[in-house]
Amino acid sequence: MLRRGFAFAALGLALLAGPAFSATTEKEPADVHWSFEGPFGKFDKEQVQRGYKVYREVCSACHSMNLLYFRNLGQKGGPFYDPKYPNPNTNPYVKSLAHDITVKDIDTDTGDVISRPATPADKFPAPFANDFAAAASNGGKAPPDLSVMAKAREGGPAYIYSLLTGFRSPPAGLKPMAGKYYNPWFAGDVSGEWTGRKDAVPEGGYIGMPPPLADGKVTFDDGKPSTVKQQATDVAAFLAWAAEPKAEERKAFGLGAMIYLLIFSGLLFASYRKIWKNVAH
Amino acid sequence: MSGHSTYEPKTGFERWLDTRLPIIRFANDTIITFPTPKNLNYWWTFGGVLALMLGMQIVTGIILAMHYVPHVDYAFNSVQRIMRDVNYGWLIRNLHANGASMFFLAVYIHIFRNLYYGSYKAPREVLWLLGCIIYLLMMGTAFFGYVLPWGQMSFHGAVVITNLIGALPIVGPSITTWLWGGFAVDDPTLNRFFSLHYLLPFVIAGVVALHIWALHVPGNNNPTGVNVTSKTDTVPFHPYYTVKDGFAISVFLIIYAAFVFYMPDALGDVANYVPANPLQTPQHIVPEWYLLPFYAILRAIPNKLAGVILMFGAIATLFVLPWLDTSKVRSMRYRPTIRLYYFIFILDCLVLGVCGAHAPDDLVIPGVSGLQFLDADLNSYVWLSRIAALYYFAYFWVITPLMGLTETPLPVPDSISAPVLSHPASAPAGAVASPEKRG
Repeated sequence: MLRRGFAFAALGLALLAGPAFSATTEKEPADVHWSFEGPFGKFDKEQVQRGYKVYREVCSACHSMNLLYFRNLGQKGGPFYDPKYPNPNTNPYVKSLAHDITVKDIDTDTGDVISRPATPADKFPAPFANDFAAAASNGGKAPPDLSVMAKAREGGPAYIYSLLTGFRSPPAGLKPMAGKYYNPWFAGDVSGEWTGRKDAVPEGGYIGMPPPLADGKVTFDDGKPSTVKQQATDVAAFLAWAAEPKAEERKAFGLGAMIYLLIFSGLLFASYRKIWKNVAH
Repeated sequence: MSGHSTYEPKTGFERWLDTRLPIIRFANDTIITFPTPKNLNYWWTFGGVLALMLGMQIVTGIILAMHYVPHVDYAFNSVQRIMRDVNYGWLIRNLHANGASMFFLAVYIHIFRNLYYGSYKAPREVLWLLGCIIYLLMMGTAFFGYVLPWGQMSFHGAVVITNLIGALPIVGPSITTWLWGGFAVDDPTLNRFFSLHYLLPFVIAGVVALHIWALHVPGNNNPTGVNVTSKTDTVPFHPYYTVKDGFAISVFLIIYAAFVFYMPDALGDVANYVPANPLQTPQHIVPEWYLLPFYAILRAIPNKLAGVILMFGAIATLFVLPWLDTSKVRSMRYRPTIRLYYFIFILDCLVLGVCGAHAPDDLVIPGVSGLQFLDADLNSYVWLSRIAALYYFAYFWVITPLMGLTETPLPVPDSISAPVLSHPASAPAGAVASPEKRG
């Protein structure tokens, strides 16, 4: 009893005091301008389309997006939305994008696992069968799912852009780590590898992901020059859209709600003045 | 409610009903003709705001519960499904998540208004106690609700808070296991938290009914703090306060809407967009902003049990406040000395909030260190939160009782209708308060 009490107390204290021991640092994300910033900002459709291509051809080799369906690409506010096809499942472009990808399914006649081309109703398939397989193929740690990544880090898309363009060779005095890559924007603690002054430990950490982008790695259909910066900006915009596909609907609804509330408040204030006119208070 | 009924049933049906269940008379007396002091300022409109927010949380919550799945494997994704695939799910969920913050914002303004105008004093002690119970229930409900999306902060927040119970001697660990429904925060914990999160708002609604009942017996306090003496001091609740509260509520909704539509994640933690992972503890575990001051008090003491006792003591203190205050003057309008301490107290609560948001060892002023005192640097947040926690308790347990006995209040108006004559602004220089009102 007593021993368990101690164990619980120790666990609790360790949890409470946890933040005090860690000294992870990271650089502030770069100041990037996005078309979707602010109350009236909208996604740049072509940018999100290019971003999808970057995800599909580069990121999706290791990173899943389990919350995304192909139909999302063609829904209102999505990068391949076409007003002619209000139902994204009938949008031929979305259908062909899905058709390019193979997904696993069960044959309902035999119960066998089969592969078939995806339809808009299918989820983006994950690159690995499970987290353990993902970890085993990636140096022991599964690459995180990217569905809400743009909301799961301080700075959002600017963080993603900074991280993707931020790979550097380690500064002098920082020992390299086997199979890891130094990135000042990746939250980490490199004091163990640092040989310089104790109060000048470099910001950032070692990330397991090798620099994923390279000039010309993706060919953009709209002729945009395929630089690392362009690829990083576009995929960050795509992930921002994917993290909240209803963001544009939210802002549009908000404008109406705001106008309504302002008029309503004005009317109520006028009524208030009128009703209270003859009361000394 | 307090014997002022002026209701006259007009139709045959109303007369018939009035002798069987006088519900129309009740509604008429409480929200139509209820005599209300005519000098209530905008700080008094937050009662109405709170009623609206409770209704908002219950309605949006019931709809969310139709789509939410309380299971460790599906909870996170079901919340995302609400955001993505449920019609206007993003609206309902943003209203609910930001509504919690707005609810607390309003309740804090409501409590601080109460402290300033001495509304907790006789004959409104029971009204105040019921309010304290509502606040406590709100904190519980908010905590359970924050766990439901099953993100990193949900999970590890639940671990930290439930572990606090484990600090109790002898029975602590057993109670914790009982709360968890197992030996760690897991599926049974999530299920019962969901159940309790659905239950508690209806308990709150019940206590709110008592709170309003207790309000309607003595009637509203008012900015002067003096009792209603005649009919000229009051106006009927409708239309005077329905329109004034309505206007204030509408302005409050604009602020609420700004969060819901334009910065829905501003008040949340990014770590809660990472699915819960028991094997990976986030760098900083912090509660939502409205619980930060208590979190700072908890961490101010190096001993866990003492910290827990102090944190609950901070809330328990509120319950005894009516008996700590020795002053007979209700409103701080006429109490210039304690008013100063009151504003420092507001600042103190904000400082505690900032302390709660930082790691205890972080430096308050960056770059200055080396002043080690006892167990920590004097320039660290742990010392700042100790000083702030000390003031928090001193304000209630020392300053409040002492001030009532030693201060000289300004002259208090004889009635609500005649405050102009004795308002501090127009009091002649050197005026001495009437001695009978002292102390």
